Amino acid sequence: MIGSNLLRVASIASIATFAFGTTAANAQSLVINDEETMIIQAPAAAHLENMDEVFSGWNFRTVETQALQMDDFDNPGMIFVDQAIDQWDTVDGAAGESCGSCHEGGTAEFAGLRTVLPRWDEDAGGIQSMADYINECRTERMQAEAWTWSSSKMTAMTALIGLESRGMPVDVVIDGPAADAWELGKEIYYTRVGQLDMSCANCHEDNYDTMIRADHLSQGQINGFPSYRLKNAKLNSTHARFKGCMKNIRAKPFGEGSDEFRALELYVASRGNGLSVEGTSVRN
Amino acid sequence: MKRTAFLIIGATAAFAAMATAGTTTPDDVTFDDYGAVSASLTGVAGDAANGRKLFANRKLGNCLACHQNNDYLEQSFHGEVGPSLDGAGDRWNEAELRGLVSNAKNTFEGTIMPAFYRTSGFYRNMEKFDGKSILSAQDVEDIVAYLLTLTE
Ligand code: HEC
Ligand code: HEC
Ligand code: HEC
Repeated sequence: MIGSNLLRVASIASIATFAFGTTAANAQSLVINDEETMIIQAPAAAHLENMDEVFSGWNFRTVETQALQMDDFDNPGMIFVDQAIDQWDTVDGAAGESCGSCHEGGTAEFAGLRTVLPRWDEDAGGIQSMADYINECRTERMQAEAWTWSSSKMTAMTALIGLESRGMPVDVVIDGPAADAWELGKEIYYTRVGQLDMSCANCHEDNYDTMIRADHLSQGQINGFPSYRLKNAKLNSTHARFKGCMKNIRAKPFGEGSDEFRALELYVASRGNGLSVEGTSVRN
Repeated sequence: MKRTAFLIIGATAAFAAMATAGTTTPDDVTFDDYGAVSASLTGVAGDAANGRKLFANRKLGNCLACHQNNDYLEQSFHGEVGPSLDGAGDRWNEAELRGLVSNAKNTFEGTIMPAFYRTSGFYRNMEKFDGKSILSAQDVEDIVAYLLTLTE
């Protein structure tokens, strides 16, 4: 056993060299449209006991995938943002309103909003995500149908609103009335689940920056969401991503829009406090 | 067509019955203090060639996802989460390897490596995997036989 621990150390050392090589080959900084610089590496928030630094998932992607996010014309996620711009002025529901008819300042009204979500909301009496606010307007103010979390209209609208905060650091509040949900999210993050019996932390904290088969493991940050994935050629919500990771370890996922996933979203967001909102990121 | 299908099903059933007869169930596997399992899970010698296939099968062993292995250079993208398995057959004996594959948590406390022959103690397991182990007892024996061939 002692012998194999030594081996383990030796193998970590060789992984580190290899990983450093990989990172060095990739682009070093994320500047979008040659003018907006994203914070892709930041000192870890004080509550993160096991990590010194946090990294955007962008760091771990191939040079080709990274490049797609560096110019809005190349970013395939922007097609959906265009669709949301059209949706913004579309009248929908019995009240005969569009988003634009009330929010007269346009989406610019929402600058900074994405950085603080999800957050505790006194009126709702719980944690609210971007999708909750959009649906509140749709159902209560427009008398229109709610959009499901991963519907193309919802992910596109969250992308459009998120873009107004692009470059701003994530800054979610974890104490006060949000504390209980944050603790629940943390517990979910560290609990082993499924037949493969793994927790989020096993992959995204203990083993980030190593290869798991063909995937370069990141810290599983959500500063880039909604995220365009080359794998399914659409925008993906945070909750859909959580669901996908749980299914991969053969665990019964929580529902999209469930209190558990809202809590997990708050906790994971807080692990990325300090990283830029990336608007619509591109991942594989 | 029909007749052949029937024969095959018959043969599989007979084989399954045979294999079950001397099989230790996951909950009955005895691990020693270091996580080793000395008794064969089936009493049937492991088939290293089949074990080699299981090693890379994504739905079964999927060992390559986490381990580098120079005996598998025909496939790219070897994982780095665990140590390289080159020479694993020199470092570990059969009982230790059987324990490692069945439930590595008895050898390495808190490891990320899944327990491949275990059916209880899971949380939020997907229904379709309830009461099932990732590998069958004979699969474990086959992989152990394969790992023993990884010598340097
Ligand atoms: C009938 C008027 C009305 C319509 C139509 C409407 N909203 Fe709202 N929206 C509001 C009001 C009022 C608020 C609450 C503002 C506040 O609390 O400061 C709000 C809040 C929001 C918020 C949360 C803002 C924050 O800072 O907390 C978002 C996001 C939002 N709306 C998006 C939309 C979208 C997207 C649409 C179209 C699908 C839409 N709204 C349609 C009136 C409307
Ligand atoms: C078996 C390892 C594994 C486990 C366990 C796991 N994931 Fe992942 N996750 C991955 C892989 C592989 C990817 C894709 C590459 C990457 O970004 O790490 C990924 C990607 C992600 C991403 C996207 C990151 C980005 O930059 O776009 C998020 C968010 C995420 N995971 C969250 C979670 C959460 C939350 C959990 C726990 C419920 C979890 N993961 C459990 C392997 C895992
Ligand atoms: C999710 C990743 C993962 C998977 C999948 C995995 N392992 Fe491991 N394995 C590890 C890690 C990590 C270690 C090192 C123990 C530790 O420190 O946790 C390890 C250790 C081992 C060791 C001892 C290492 C040595 O010193 O030689 C053997 C043998 C082994 N694994 C075999 C297998 C086999 C066979 C499979 C497939 C049936 C497999 N592993 C699947 C992660 C994994």
